[in-house]
Amino acid sequence: MSTSTQTHHSSHRAEGHFQWGQLIRESFLRLGPRSLARNPVMAVVGIGTFVCALYTGLAAARGESIAFALAVTLVLLATVLFANGAEALAESRGKAHAGSLRATRGQLRARKLQRDGSEAMVAADTLRRGDRVRVVAGELIPADGEIVEGAGSINESAVTGESAPVLREAGTDNSGVSAGTKLLSDELVIEVSVDPGESLLDRMIALVEGASRQKTPSELALSVLLATLTLVFLIVVVTLVPMAAFVGIVPSTIMLVALLVCLIPTTIGGLLPAIGIAGMERAMRANLVAKSGKAVEIAGSIDTLLLDKTGTITLGDRHATEFAPCEKVAIGRLRDVAYLCSLDDPTPEGRSIVTLARDQGATSTLDKRAEFIPFSASTRLSGVNLPDGTQLRKGAPNAIATFIQTHGGNVPTTYQRLVERVSREGATPLAVAEGGRLLGVIALSDVIKPGIAERFAQLREMGVKTVMITGDNPITAAAIAAEAGVDDYVAEATPERKLEIIREEQASGRLVAMMGDGTNDAPALAQADLGLAMNSGTQAAREAGNMVDLDSDPGKLLRAVEIGKQLLITRGALTTFSLANDVAKYFVILPALFATSIPALEVLDVLDLHSPESAVLAAVIFNALIIPALIPFALHGVRFKATSATGLLRRNLLVYGLGGLLLPFPAIKLLDVMIAGLF
Amino acid sequence: MNEVILCHALVIGLALPLGLYMARSLNDDRKAPLDGLFRPFESMLYRLAGIDAQRTMTWQAYAWAVLKLHLLLVLLAWGVFMAQGLLPLNPDGVAGMPWDTALHTAVSFATNTNQQHYSGQAQLSYLSQTFAIVTLQFVTPATGLAVLLAIARVLLSKASVARFSETAVQPVGVGNYYRDLVRTLLRVMLPVATVVALLLAWQGVPSTYQGAQTLQPLDSAVTESQVIPRGPVASMVAIKQLGTNGGGWYGPNSSVPLENPTPLSNVIESVSLLLFPVALLVAVGVMTGRRRLMTGIGAVMLAFSLASTAAMIVSEKMPNAAFEGLAAAGSPNMEGKEVRFGPEMSALWASWTTQTSNGSVNAMHDSFNPLGGAVTLMDMFVNVTFGGIGVGLIGYLLYLMLAAFVGSLMIGRAPELLGKPLETREIRWISLAILAQPLVILGLTALAVALPGLAGNSNPAFHGLSQVLYEYTSAFANNGSGFEGLGDDTPWWNLTCVIALLVGRFLPMLAPLAVAAWLAGKRTAPAGRGSLDMDSGAFVGLTASVIVIINLLGFLPVLVLGPVAEQLTFGF
Repeated sequence: MSTSTQTHHSSHRAEGHFQWGQLIRESFLRLGPRSLARNPVMAVVGIGTFVCALYTGLAAARGESIAFALAVTLVLLATVLFANGAEALAESRGKAHAGSLRATRGQLRARKLQRDGSEAMVAADTLRRGDRVRVVAGELIPADGEIVEGAGSINESAVTGESAPVLREAGTDNSGVSAGTKLLSDELVIEVSVDPGESLLDRMIALVEGASRQKTPSELALSVLLATLTLVFLIVVVTLVPMAAFVGIVPSTIMLVALLVCLIPTTIGGLLPAIGIAGMERAMRANLVAKSGKAVEIAGSIDTLLLDKTGTITLGDRHATEFAPCEKVAIGRLRDVAYLCSLDDPTPEGRSIVTLARDQGATSTLDKRAEFIPFSASTRLSGVNLPDGTQLRKGAPNAIATFIQTHGGNVPTTYQRLVERVSREGATPLAVAEGGRLLGVIALSDVIKPGIAERFAQLREMGVKTVMITGDNPITAAAIAAEAGVDDYVAEATPERKLEIIREEQASGRLVAMMGDGTNDAPALAQADLGLAMNSGTQAAREAGNMVDLDSDPGKLLRAVEIGKQLLITRGALTTFSLANDVAKYFVILPALFATSIPALEVLDVLDLHSPESAVLAAVIFNALIIPALIPFALHGVRFKATSATGLLRRNLLVYGLGGLLLPFPAIKLLDVMIAGLF
Repeated sequence: MNEVILCHALVIGLALPLGLYMARSLNDDRKAPLDGLFRPFESMLYRLAGIDAQRTMTWQAYAWAVLKLHLLLVLLAWGVFMAQGLLPLNPDGVAGMPWDTALHTAVSFATNTNQQHYSGQAQLSYLSQTFAIVTLQFVTPATGLAVLLAIARVLLSKASVARFSETAVQPVGVGNYYRDLVRTLLRVMLPVATVVALLLAWQGVPSTYQGAQTLQPLDSAVTESQVIPRGPVASMVAIKQLGTNGGGWYGPNSSVPLENPTPLSNVIESVSLLLFPVALLVAVGVMTGRRRLMTGIGAVMLAFSLASTAAMIVSEKMPNAAFEGLAAAGSPNMEGKEVRFGPEMSALWASWTTQTSNGSVNAMHDSFNPLGGAVTLMDMFVNVTFGGIGVGLIGYLLYLMLAAFVGSLMIGRAPELLGKPLETREIRWISLAILAQPLVILGLTALAVALPGLAGNSNPAFHGLSQVLYEYTSAFANNGSGFEGLGDDTPWWNLTCVIALLVGRFLPMLAPLAVAAWLAGKRTAPAGRGSLDMDSGAFVGLTASVIVIINLLGFLPVLVLGPVAEQLTFGF
């Protein structure tokens, strides 16, 4: 068993982990026919390169000038290499993340529990689903699985990059553990939940590996479209030969290949795999592991988000915000009793009561002989017993009412109204009693996460509906929903109700996303179009969802939607750009092809280029260089602003459509001027 | 120019009420206007043909019904043309057609193309003209409209959303072809054609079953007498113009005074070119409740139409380069045009007839300036500037699907059309329909110019290339007009055009039907801020750009080698 200290905290987050040498080697390795055949657009460029090389060779053998043919051949070769390089670069970034984890795990040894109860040391990669292993403090968890015995705190930084330890416990909704994370305390028995090659890590790597990667549905459809356009241009160029011959022109093969390569959508064709891989990698960088690329893509189309209130919309803990005394009770008395009740209460809520009371001037001290009564599930109360026998208690309003009655006190008639008033304001009422006397209510408010209202406003702008799910009563839920600015809420929600809501939304045609961790969330996670399971959750939840969040951060759904949208927009924008480019290229290449024979066509040469050779070369160079120039867009995604669909469409059409139409004119002119001396 | 403006105003003024009438007559409601008049005829026809008009068909059944009926009609017409010499209603004793011309003619008329490799009045008997030709001239536009109805029913209709989302697993019913066909014929085509036929007869277009008239010319120096062919011309010309057909009674079509005698008849026939295609936009908008979508589509079509007409008028008001040094030098290009109509009304007709896949002419396109020739070609490449009845809008929907695909991606959603996911299967069929056009047109053109021996193409250089290109473009676009300098009545031209006619008619019509039916069976995301707004200016602009780019990229090189090179080389 490895006991080495962990060294790889968040180093995988650093960018630019590739080496130039390796990148160039990868680009050349992918020139093979099998590799090219996966991408019809690039396959055509590959064949074109081969044809040009052949012509160059023939011309050289005949002793003719080969400078132009050789230059075109080399530029076409560069076009393919750039596309290969883009894919390799995206892949290397993705693997840099997952690869370091895999390396560590490869050396892990596991303490496997045999049937007879004995233990045997085995290599971690031999563990199979259903095996049980024992892990003790200081060791690394050898495989993904679920805790079946014990509880312990775990450092998950190897997976999440977050170094604060987290608690994982058998039989709770936080029983899931990941391979490569470190147990800091206690001892666990873990049931392995995956066979070799199926772990989260293996999935991450499969998503970013060009050769084995599965294309996502819209990527597949786009590929069909790009292949069709490639065929259209192949027809255009091939049929041009007899038509040109009919009017007495014999265009050079090199020129025709150049025309073909310039027209087919090489830009998007070359960058498409990189865009897909980079999308997965962006998800991974956000610590979201998709079970398939499809899940990432679906995230972009989500119409409805089901969000758990706690942790997503509000900070997990409630804070005391107000002391509301009953009639004829001094607020100071309520404050002091609440303070005394909470001094020894270790919960965040208890501490917040102490803080609020101190802020409002509470100074009482507790007699050392006072006895703290911790919260118990049977009484649903906590508090202190003072040495004089007085019982100070705080707890749920119903529980306190019962407590008062058993101590011979009266519940004031205004009490119910007080409780309702606090609820309506979005707070949870916590009642306080001193012996048989009801003092009043502490308002425990949910603290809405800072900035969350703006996020929801953005989502609404983007047309995504947000539904808050909470176990709170309807009055509290309504108040919080209004404050956070969600579109809808479901109070007193049960897992079954979640499932119902998902089905209702889906029946009206919407795509629904939800996040969950518990076993009883599993059916809803499976039903949702995007089921995001927390990595800390139970095995059932993690299996039901189609994406896992390693951070177990309930706010992650929003990020998933953004990543999905950005992936799709990048594809659409670069497709538009690529096609718009063609118009300019026609104005460059058609005069170059025909103007020598038909002088009148020179007026089409709007850029007034130096010579047919320099014009064609400038066009293919532009065509090649635009690929590496757009790699940053492919890898990081195009800029994405949360706005309405129509606003997005207008902006992207202007930037990538109109931009794509205009940019090539000055760029090709510039290239032509630069190479004018040579050709 | 006043006449050009008048024609536009008349089209818009008449298309609105006609569209509203069509919407009420052709929708699936229980009641429609004039039921008392039409119902008995419909029931009788259904009973005679043994059709259950209430049975809803899947898209496959619908498509098969279309193909079956057309196969039957092609075979019948083919037989009639070859055997017309032996059949009645042949007062002038016209002989049977050769097999290949007869086949081409049958297919050409069965595809709403009306490309004629023969000269009407000389090579067809009255039986062939009135029964074979006119039947097809009614059935084919009605079929285009029927398929559009089926597509609108499942894809566009807002009411269909609720209807189909519950039965998503079952195959989607698209309607009943025979019912759509019969209702379109009886309630829309026949009444409107009757009105136009009467107007034309009033203007002097012949309408008789008597044989040709033999007359002595006024010029006494001429000794031989003149034979003037006639027949039931007015009724045929009416549906020829209205039904985006184009095949005239006489060889030179509506440039002949007998087919188009007066300025008024010319206006009536011009307006008839565009009437149904424009009225259909109104009808579909009202029937489906997608008025704004149809307004956007109409705006793009109108913009294309005006640009084409303007370019055509500019071109034809320029002199013809061949007149250099002649007395006519410097005047507008009147070569091949009727002095009665002048360059503007000839240009308007040429522009509208190529936009709507009609193909009738009142001037000779072959003699237009090369720029004007290029405009007719571009109109036919695009073919959705109003377009043929039904198929124009169907073709536009194909481009709309492409635009929706790219547009959805650009707003960060998986591709969808009106909330329904566009997936690989749909894209594959859309792609096939897009791909077919350059494959057939450019492929056949290249073959024809590469094999001069086979094709017998007699004309050299740029204009020769334009003629060949025009012939196949016209066939694929189901237009039917021609650069008539081409000697096209040979087996090569007849048979290669048959391929272009069939692929150009049925693939772009039935592929969208299939796609619409598949989409209808899918979930429908409700429209919202996050979904693609197809009514927005940005999307309308995107669709227009997709249409321009696809056609420009595919056909610019051949246009450059043909009309552009010709125009630039010879000037005006």
